[in-house]
Amino acid sequence: MTQIKDIDRSLYDFKDDESDFYRLQEGLTEETVRRISGEKHDPAWMLEHRLRSLELYNKIPVPDWGPSIDGLDMDHISSYVRANTDMKGTWEEVPEDIRNTFEKLGIPQAERRSLAGVGAQYDSELVYHNVREEVAQQGVVYTDMESALTGEYADMVREHFMKLVPPSDHKFAALHGAVWSGGSFVYVPKNVKVEIPLQSYFRLNAKGAGQFEHTLIIVDEGADLHFIEGCSAPKYNVANLHAGCVELYVSKGARLRYSTIENWSKNMYNLNTKRAVVEEDARMEWVSGSFGSHVSYLYPTTILKGDRSYCEFTGITFAGNGQNLDTGAKMIHIGKDTSSYINSKSVSKDGGISTYRSSIQIAKSAKGSKSTVDCASLMLDDISRSDTIPAMDIRTMDADVGHEAKIGRISDEAVFYLMSRGIDEAQARAMIVSGFADSVSKELPLEYAAEMNNLIRLEMENT
Amino acid sequence: MSGPLLQVSDLSAGIEGAELLHHIDLTIREGETHVLMGPNGAGKSTLGNTLMGNPAYHVTGGRIFFGGEDITELGADKRAAMGMFMSFQNPLEIPGLSLESFIRNAIRISTGKPLKIFQFKKQLEAAMEILQMDASYVERDLNVGFSGGEKKKAEILQLLMLDPKLAILDETDSGLDVDAVRTVSRGIEEYQKERGGALLVITHSTRILDSLHVDRTHVLVKGRIAETGGAELVDEINRGGFERFTEE
Repeated sequence: MTQIKDIDRSLYDFKDDESDFYRLQEGLTEETVRRISGEKHDPAWMLEHRLRSLELYNKIPVPDWGPSIDGLDMDHISSYVRANTDMKGTWEEVPEDIRNTFEKLGIPQAERRSLAGVGAQYDSELVYHNVREEVAQQGVVYTDMESALTGEYADMVREHFMKLVPPSDHKFAALHGAVWSGGSFVYVPKNVKVEIPLQSYFRLNAKGAGQFEHTLIIVDEGADLHFIEGCSAPKYNVANLHAGCVELYVSKGARLRYSTIENWSKNMYNLNTKRAVVEEDARMEWVSGSFGSHVSYLYPTTILKGDRSYCEFTGITFAGNGQNLDTGAKMIHIGKDTSSYINSKSVSKDGGISTYRSSIQIAKSAKGSKSTVDCASLMLDDISRSDTIPAMDIRTMDADVGHEAKIGRISDEAVFYLMSRGIDEAQARAMIVSGFADSVSKELPLEYAAEMNNLIRLEMENT
Repeated sequence: MSGPLLQVSDLSAGIEGAELLHHIDLTIREGETHVLMGPNGAGKSTLGNTLMGNPAYHVTGGRIFFGGEDITELGADKRAAMGMFMSFQNPLEIPGLSLESFIRNAIRISTGKPLKIFQFKKQLEAAMEILQMDASYVERDLNVGFSGGEKKKAEILQLLMLDPKLAILDETDSGLDVDAVRTVSRGIEEYQKERGGALLVITHSTRILDSLHVDRTHVLVKGRIAETGGAELVDEINRGGFERFTEE
């Protein structure tokens, strides 16, 4: 396997010249981090990693761009973390709107509790084990992150863990490094094609999953995997901070498709970091749906390191009342003849704010590279907002870069057109929005596409 | 039903700040075909849109009755469910919604009953045959990238599938070549003759009327009905244009 150590670190190394920002955090102490580490029976290097991350966390300032996260009580950050290690909560505490959504999506009782982060019993555990058996025969490793640390692939995990997203990256990456818990590890050996998509859906009940979970996927040379994370029912956590981390390694000639629908409860601060590195002739495909949450910062990043590597990002964001969702994608072209394609859609309604933020970097080395960005926003009323903030940094003349942005409002004339065929106004609007999202839902596995359309319908009904 | 299908009495309407129709009276009985002609800007499309319930148009006086029921305040969806239909002058493009799934949804929602798929497919095939539409048509996004003629064919396909009691055709023939008019007319003929549907044909040319039986003709000038007559009025306009009606 090719390692990524030789990547130009300056691309994302934290510049540590901001000592002015240093603040004493009452919140997160070494003791708390040691306790988490102890409970998880971490190997020694992981404890070290956590403590180093904690140090960084205390040094790095809160981001001063993007939507406000003032609602997060950073001085008492340990209360968010404590909820993670000791997640109790009761079904009765789950907000009613979330319980209603479970009902409407027809999710069984046991799964509802689990998705809400309060259950211990989970029927689908059996299914999960079965899936594991099936892929295990192909030599695929699919396990929870904790067991991966000490299992057969412990060295591989250590070599890759937070190398792509170093704790120095930003404050919440550092926090993640210090207190991470739960998540999945997947390794697909050389030339193995996994026929069925692996779904982390089945593992949502893992302790702490859905708050600081860590996903590490390594697809070895010539291998092929589709990984699906999350599901469209809202995930509810007692604590309202989510700072997960996803690291994806796509080796030479391999292909990885990574699909997620993130639907957090509407009090959630979703500060998630996802990154992929793509080697020679390899292919990375992101499919991303962002619903829910109060504030989101989410920009899956792809480093097109190998020559002729390819990445395609397809995403949709839906911001409703009280939501400020700042989402997009980043592409970093390093290898020759690399290409990237971003297809992003956003919908805002009831005063929701949706911002598309992207960055395309084409390094001097990336001769013959191509990048296309296509983003469209749909506002459903006069009080909602939609912004587009595309950044481009092109260091070679020999590159082909295109950007197209469309921002529009739902047309009254179109709504009338559908209504003149007997469709009521709410359904007419939902059909137009579903249609707008169609190029994204098409990319999703069928049952997820259906759930996403349900979700759009539910969001539209709540107008 | 003994009373008229559509009864418009003393209707005045317009867009924000401008009244475009004044004191219109119009009565259409079941199965009748009425033609509404008039020069550009006379208010023909305003009348069509007002009858169908386009919220961009406001009724400033008078009432509209359909099947004896006062529909003046009803939304377009309710009017459609009662049996009204309008073929749009400029059908809108809806990306991501296929023509077939649009028609299916429209039938399902407006009738409130689950759709019989096999029967639906058969009807759809038959209607497309009449309109000489290729099978691939219905899988395409509604009106997206359709030519002018294709859009109008898609409108008439919806007419045949939804099978309303009254269809308002707003400039269905405008911008079409002779062959396309002929094909579209065949669909309208099917609706008129085989299904006994009533029509209000809004047009400023007469090509589309060649194959249709016409009961009444109304000439709309400056928002008022200047004259009403039989089918012969169409021929007269064909020869002399609207000059006679616009003078004074």
